[in-house]
Amino acid sequence: MAEAQGGRSLVVDAVTHRYPSGALAVENINLDIKGGEIIALLGPSGCGKTTLLRIIAGFIAQTQGRIIIGDDIVDALPPNKRAVGIVFQNYALFPHLSISENVAYGLAARGVDKAARQREAQRLLELVQLPTMAERLPRQLSGGQQQRVALARALAIKPSILLLDEPFAALDKNLRLDMQIEVKRLQRVSGITTLIVTHDQEEALSMADRVAVLSHGKLEQFGSPSDVYDRPQTLFVNTFVGSTNRMPGIVVSADRTAAKVRLDAGAEIIARPAAGTLTEGGRVTVCIRPEHLQFVGDETGFAGVVGMSLPLGATVVHEVTTADGSGVKISEARIGETRALESGAAVRLAPLAPSLANAFPATL
Amino acid sequence: MGAAPASRDVTSYGMGLAAPLALFFLLFFVAPLLQLFWLSLHNDTAGLHWGLGQYLHFLTDPFSLGVLGSTLLLGAEVTAVCLVLGFPIAWLYQRVGPKLQTVIILIVLLPLLTSVVVRTFAWIVILGRQGIINATLQSLGVIDTPLKLLYTQFGVVIALAQVQMPLMTLPLITALGRIDPNLDDASCSLGAGSWRTFFRIVLPLSLPGVIAGCTLTYAAAITAFITQSLVGGGQMLFMPMYLYQQASTLQNWPFAAAISIIFLLAVLAVVSVFTTLGRLSRGYGGA
Ligand SMILES: Nc1ncnc2c1ncn2[C@@H]1O[C@H](COP(=O)(O)OP(=O)(O)OP(=O)(O)O)[C@@H](O)[C@H]1O
Ligand SMILES: [Mg+2]
Repeated sequence: MAEAQGGRSLVVDAVTHRYPSGALAVENINLDIKGGEIIALLGPSGCGKTTLLRIIAGFIAQTQGRIIIGDDIVDALPPNKRAVGIVFQNYALFPHLSISENVAYGLAARGVDKAARQREAQRLLELVQLPTMAERLPRQLSGGQQQRVALARALAIKPSILLLDEPFAALDKNLRLDMQIEVKRLQRVSGITTLIVTHDQEEALSMADRVAVLSHGKLEQFGSPSDVYDRPQTLFVNTFVGSTNRMPGIVVSADRTAAKVRLDAGAEIIARPAAGTLTEGGRVTVCIRPEHLQFVGDETGFAGVVGMSLPLGATVVHEVTTADGSGVKISEARIGETRALESGAAVRLAPLAPSLANAFPATL
Repeated sequence: MGAAPASRDVTSYGMGLAAPLALFFLLFFVAPLLQLFWLSLHNDTAGLHWGLGQYLHFLTDPFSLGVLGSTLLLGAEVTAVCLVLGFPIAWLYQRVGPKLQTVIILIVLLPLLTSVVVRTFAWIVILGRQGIINATLQSLGVIDTPLKLLYTQFGVVIALAQVQMPLMTLPLITALGRIDPNLDDASCSLGAGSWRTFFRIVLPLSLPGVIAGCTLTYAAAITAFITQSLVGGGQMLFMPMYLYQQASTLQNWPFAAAISIIFLLAVLAVVSVFTTLGRLSRGYGGA
């Protein structure tokens, strides 16, 4: 389609921002984003996602660092000169303008004549599958439709970067999935470098080429969805993305690629040192996801007592209490006849593979 | 909307709760108004002949019509000045920190905390022949003879504008505060400069506040007896003073009553124009 212009690259270079109130919202963030990539900024509420987005768009001048779009350092440019399209969480459609006027707004600002403007607005409305809504006012549209209009309006100025701030937060689950697919389709068609802010990890993992995980204003990890999910670099990433069991233990022996850990729950397992070599004798937290645990029949693994079993559709989650009294969740795929586990049954658990147990130095 | 059952509850309280206010209005507003109307239908002060003579007199008398016209014009001028000066203040208010907001609100409200009489006398001191403005200009050598500021249309407009300013600024501050700040950012990120953003987004969306402010300011300005007569002096005659002279000095109560009714209708006409405009623009405000 005509949009394809090859998105421009975006570099966030050592950006730090401190609000006048003194709050350090963003600290030394480095992101190197290639043209045409979809990036998700993932993090809990208040971690600085919106702040970073607004810095890139030019609404906030960062305290330190640079923003580079393509080959240009854009720090001195106001938002209206940056060619950055932004979709706000609440859509921010102009309530007094019709849908087509909303979409054409950026073109009018660029001095495009009226006929061309209307043609382009109509074309974009067709792209977002709302060709019949042109004359309506924003409030006469549903949330999902307003979302599409906001997207069309941002795309109309052919931005080199597209920023989406929690674009799907206000939509119900089915509509959210539709819109995620829609945005991904539009992004593929247009090839615009896209940054999606979200605190929904599934959204980040499913939509993005790479995910940047933020916590307290710092970049915890920037990598592909499978890196972030399977090879988390920090305890925060491991616990924030997906669910996980945190099991305390002591390092028995360790080298760069593997560590033998004696769990407090009562077994020695091999784990992957997630962030550099671990010191022998040091306390660690081992993270094992529920789906990476298995029931074992022999004497390997650690013992526990089944508490409750929750059948969750395709999987069944069992809650197991270990010898040290902590709770561990294990999820089993529901293949054929699932064996019923009675509450109180004694079982033994072990990780599926050493690489699926991540050991982090315990923070005290 | 799902609010239907809730609103039905509200109406089921019945009109009874409004009764005290209704009674108050009936006693102190509707009854005197009816009496006024009845009075205006007398053709002579003794009340012997009935008819529309007083109205005919007013509407065929160029002097009376002149007073009505200059009063309505005065209202328009004061409203325009308040709008032009008040909008930037309200706009600024939405863009500064909380500390400055307190200062602005204080400055806006300050006039309401002093009596109109005191403020009007202050203007007399400022605008007089030996007043602050003339003294300053003379000492700077800008003018040789003092300017005539007091007892002029200009003086009345300026003084009234200051006196009525809160009535314009407060609705504007409210209206501007209801505009989603993201709209500004959205406009800007779409490539619009500040002026385009102002005229295409901020101004249309603040229209309900503009209309409310204009209605209040206009109604207050044309009926501001004290400021009009003290700053306007003897040469400038506006409807409230005209009315007062007819009633109090000349004891021509029927004519004064007719003037009141005509003035009331004129004000109502202007205000209803404003409210019609307001209704047309209501689509903007909400959403
Ligand atoms: N205008 C501001 N002035 C001062 N501090 C602010 C301002 N805006 C945000 N902050 C602070 O900066 C931090 C980051 O805020 P930000 O809005 O970027 O978070 P976020 O990741 O977008 O959160 P959410 O997911 O809730 O939207 C927060 O601690 C917040 O309190
Ligand atoms: Mg946010």
